[in-house]
Amino acid sequence: MSQTDTLPRQDDLPPSFTSQDLVTDQDVRWCPGCGDYSILKQVQKVLPEFGLKKEEIVFVSGIGCSSRFPYYMNTYGMHSIHGRAAAIATGLKITRPELSVWVISGDGDSLSIGGNHTIHLLRKNPDLNLLIFNNQIYGLTKGQFSPTSPQGKVTKSSPMGSVEHPFNPLALALGADASFIARSIDRDPAHLQAMIRRSHAHKGTSLLEVYQNCNVFNDGAFFTFTDRATKSDSVVVLEHGQPLLFGAERRKGIRMDGGGTPKIVDLDADGYAESDLWIHDEKDLFKASLLARFFDNPTEPGALPRPIGVFYAVERPCLEAMVHRQLTYAREKFGEGNLDKLIEGDSTWVIR
Amino acid sequence: MSNIQTKTNVVIRFAGDSGDGIQLTGSQFTTAAALSGNDLATFPDFPAEIRAPAGTLAGVSGFQLHFGSTEIYSPGDLCDVLVVMNAAALKANLKQLKPGGIIIANLDGFDEKNLRLAKYAEGENPLNDKRLEDYLLHSMPITKLTRTALKDLGLSPREMDRSKNMFVLGFLYYMYNRPLEATIEDLQKKFAKKPGIAEANVRVLKAGYSFADTTEIQHGRFEVKAATMKPGTYRSIMGNQATAYGLVAASVKSKLPLFFATYPITPASEILHELSRYKNFGVITSQAEDEIAAVTSAIGASFGGSLGVTASAGPGIALKTEAIALAVMYELPLVICNVQRAGPSTGMPTKMEQGDLLQAIYGRNGEAPVAVVAASTPTDCFEVVFEACRLAVEFMTPVFFLSDGYLANGAEPWRFPKEADLGEINVRFATPDDKQNGTFLPYARDERLVRKWAVPGTPGLEHRIGGLEKEDLTGNISSDPDNHEKMVRLRQQKIDNIAKSVPAQSLDSGPESGDLLVLSWGSTYGVIKTALKQLRSEGVDVAHAHMRYLNPFPANIEELLRRYREVVVPENNAGQLVRLIRDKFLIPAIPHNKIKGQPFTVGEIKNKVWEILKES
Repeated sequence: MSQTDTLPRQDDLPPSFTSQDLVTDQDVRWCPGCGDYSILKQVQKVLPEFGLKKEEIVFVSGIGCSSRFPYYMNTYGMHSIHGRAAAIATGLKITRPELSVWVISGDGDSLSIGGNHTIHLLRKNPDLNLLIFNNQIYGLTKGQFSPTSPQGKVTKSSPMGSVEHPFNPLALALGADASFIARSIDRDPAHLQAMIRRSHAHKGTSLLEVYQNCNVFNDGAFFTFTDRATKSDSVVVLEHGQPLLFGAERRKGIRMDGGGTPKIVDLDADGYAESDLWIHDEKDLFKASLLARFFDNPTEPGALPRPIGVFYAVERPCLEAMVHRQLTYAREKFGEGNLDKLIEGDSTWVIR
Repeated sequence: MSNIQTKTNVVIRFAGDSGDGIQLTGSQFTTAAALSGNDLATFPDFPAEIRAPAGTLAGVSGFQLHFGSTEIYSPGDLCDVLVVMNAAALKANLKQLKPGGIIIANLDGFDEKNLRLAKYAEGENPLNDKRLEDYLLHSMPITKLTRTALKDLGLSPREMDRSKNMFVLGFLYYMYNRPLEATIEDLQKKFAKKPGIAEANVRVLKAGYSFADTTEIQHGRFEVKAATMKPGTYRSIMGNQATAYGLVAASVKSKLPLFFATYPITPASEILHELSRYKNFGVITSQAEDEIAAVTSAIGASFGGSLGVTASAGPGIALKTEAIALAVMYELPLVICNVQRAGPSTGMPTKMEQGDLLQAIYGRNGEAPVAVVAASTPTDCFEVVFEACRLAVEFMTPVFFLSDGYLANGAEPWRFPKEADLGEINVRFATPDDKQNGTFLPYARDERLVRKWAVPGTPGLEHRIGGLEKEDLTGNISSDPDNHEKMVRLRQQKIDNIAKSVPAQSLDSGPESGDLLVLSWGSTYGVIKTALKQLRSEGVDVAHAHMRYLNPFPANIEELLRRYREVVVPENNAGQLVRLIRDKFLIPAIPHNKIKGQPFTVGEIKNKVWEILKES
C-alpha cells in the first residue's frame, strides 16, 4: 500500500461542505478537453476532506488559463494580475494565518512574469499551497512558447523553434530552498488527489507542479507520461521509503552507482534485488536534487523515467508564524502599544 | 565678557563630508533649539552617495536649520552662519551665506590635499582670500583641537576624528547661549554601551564650548528667545516619522491591523524603519522582494481585512501602477505613500520634487480614478496620512498620500495631538446579514456608491473578485458594453463623492477676493507663507490657499478661484496642479516653476508676486 493512500484524513468530523458546494454558478470557460477541468475536479473532490470551513478557504490566482480557477471555486477568491498571486497570497497569509490559502498559477504566470515572487515565496515559506499548472505553452494569448517549453519548440512566436533553454521548475524550487516539492499529472486523478492532500498537509509552502495538457496549443506535450503504451516505462512514482521501481511489471529500477550517478537497471536481467535500488527519502535533499534532475527528453533512448510524487518535504518555520511570534514577544516585552506614548516620544517641552 | 545680542531668527548651515556627522550635528542643534522653545524648520541636503569620496565637491553634505523667536515656516533662504568642515564645503556653500555672515571653518580641512580635492587653483587658499573679507571668519584647527582633547583616552585617530562635529556643536552652543545638559544626556544615552565614545563626545562638546569662551569670539554672542507659540506640549518631528505615527494612529482608531509592505527606497525607507519597531501595536511590516510584491501583498492583506499600506518614491510607484489599478477594480482600501524625489527615472534620489502629482492622479491604464492627498509640512504628514487611511477605508479605494524628500527629512516642532483628539475611521464590514434572498452581492453599494468590505472567514459571503471587468452588483466577469460604461462611471462617481466628505477649501491668509491668489500644494507651503507674510508687512496683501485634497478637489475650489483676477500656482515641477486647474475650470492660472531639486526660496516667491502685480 502506498504511503500517500495511508495519509490520515485531516479531520475526524464529517465534512462541513461537499464537492458540489464548491461549484459556482459560473460557466467554466476552458476549452473542451483542457487538462484544467481535471485539476478543478480533483481539488473540489478532496477539499471537503480537510475539515475546513468553506469561508476559511481562499484561492488566489494571477493571469492565464489556469488563473480563471478561483471563479469556479465557491470559496473566497482573488483573480489578480499577471504573476503576482504569490505576493498577494503572502500578504493575505501573514495577516490571516488561520486561512487556508491556495495559489493557482501557470508556467508563464509563476515562472516567467512572476518568477521573482515564486522564488521568494519558496524562500520565505508561508504555509500556503502553490499549484503550478505547467502546460509548457502560453494558452490564453494563443500559443507562444513559455519558459518551460523545450528548446526547439515551434510556436507562433518561434516559427523556427525556440532558442531558449527551459526552466526545470522543481530544480529551480529546490534552489530557492523550497520545503515541499511534488509533481503530478492531470490525467492521473488518483495520484493528483493524493498530491493535493499532501500539499495541504504540509506546513509551509508546498509547490505542486501539475503536468497539464493544453489540447489546443500544445496537445500531447506529456503524452509519453500519460499514454497507456508508454507511461509505465517513462514515469517513476515516488513513494517515501520505497525503491524506485517502474515498468509495466515494476521490474525496472533506479540504482545509484558508486559515483552517485543514477542508472536504470533491470531487476531480472541485471540480477538486482529491490533492496539494491535507490530508496526514496523525502527528507534527503541530495536525493531530491538528483530526482529533480531526472529531466531527460522521454523519447530519447535510455532516458531516465520522469518522477511524479513528493520529491522533498521537510518542515521549517513558516513566515507567518515567525511574524506573529515577534508580535507576541513585542507585546509581552513592551506591553500593548500606547498611541499617546508613541506620539509623545522621549523629549517634549511645554509652551505656556 | 561678551555682549549678548538678541536676534529674532537665525539660519545656520552645516556643511562637510557626508562622513563628517553633519546631519547628526544639525539635528543635535535642532533639538537644543526646540528645547529652548524656538520655532524652527530644518532642511537636510545630502548627496545620494553614502560615502562619496572624502573632500570632494560631490561629497558635500548639508543641513540647514532656521530657528527663531517668531513663527518659522521654512528652513530659510540664505544662512547667517555657515559651518564648513573642509574646503569643498566652503566652495559648495559660500553662495548660500548672507553678506556679512559668519563662517566657522575647520582649518584642518583646508590643507593642500583638501584644497586640491575641492579644485582650488594651485597655491590658492580661500581662507586667505580677499573675498572672505566681507564675512566674519572663524577658522580653528578643529581636528587638532579634538585630538588634543582626547589624547589620553586611548582612541585611534579615526575614532577621535568622529567626535570633531561635537566641537562645532559646543562652539555654537556658546555662541547662541544654549545649555549643554540635554545634549550630554542624549550622548550618554545614545552611547550607553560604549562609555568611551560617550566620554569622547562629551569632552569634545565641552572643549568646543570652552574654546569659544576663552577665545572671546569678537562678534559676541547671540540669543534667540523662545517663540510665542500656541500653548501646549511640543516635540520635534520629521516628516517620515510623522507619517509612520499617522499610520499607527489610523490603525488604532480604525481597529484594523496595519500591514505595511515596501521595498527600500530613498527617501521613503525611514517609514519602514519606524514602523518595524511598533510590533506591540500589532503592526506587521514586510520588506518585500520588489515594489510590485510590496503593493500586491498589501492588497492581499487588505482583502483579508487589514489596513494595507505601501510606500515608495517615483520609480517604485511606477512599478506599482498595475497593482494600484487592480485595487481600483477590486474596490479595496489601499494607501500608497509616495515620498517624491526628483525624477524622471532614478533622477536625483536625495533631492525633492513635486513631479508625481499627475502620476498619482492619472498614471494607470484605463479609467482608474483614485483619491490623492498631500502633506504641507513635516507635522502635517501625520494628519494627512491619517486622512488618507480614513478615505481608503470609508470609500473602499486606493488613496495616494504625497509627501516629498523635503518633508520626509525636515523637522519642526509639533504640538502633537492625543489619541482622543483624533477623528473616527468608520469601517463597514459585510456580515452574513448582508445576503439578499440568500445571495451575497459583493458589489452592492450604499448611497455614496461604496461597497462593503467582505472578508474571508465570514460565513456565507464567499465571493470572487478580480481585475476583469465585473458585472454590477454580482461582481461576476462581464464584457457587456453597457455594463462596462456603467461600472467605469460608478467608480468615477464614487471617487467624486469623496468631495462631499472633505472640508471646503479655505484661505490660509489674505483677502477673500481681489487681484491675486497664490494656490499651492505640498511642501511649498512654508516658503509661500513666509513670502506672503513678508509681502504683507511691505504693504502687499495677497491671498493664499493651500490644497490638501488634490483628487477630488474640494467642492468649492472653482468658486474660490474665480474670486481673484489672477491665480498663480508655484510648484517644484514643470506645472502639474496648474494644468489640472486650467483643464477643469478653464481658468488661465499662471505657472511658477522651479525644477532644481531644491525648494523655492522666499525671494523667488516674492519676486513672482511682484512681477504679476506689476503686469496686471
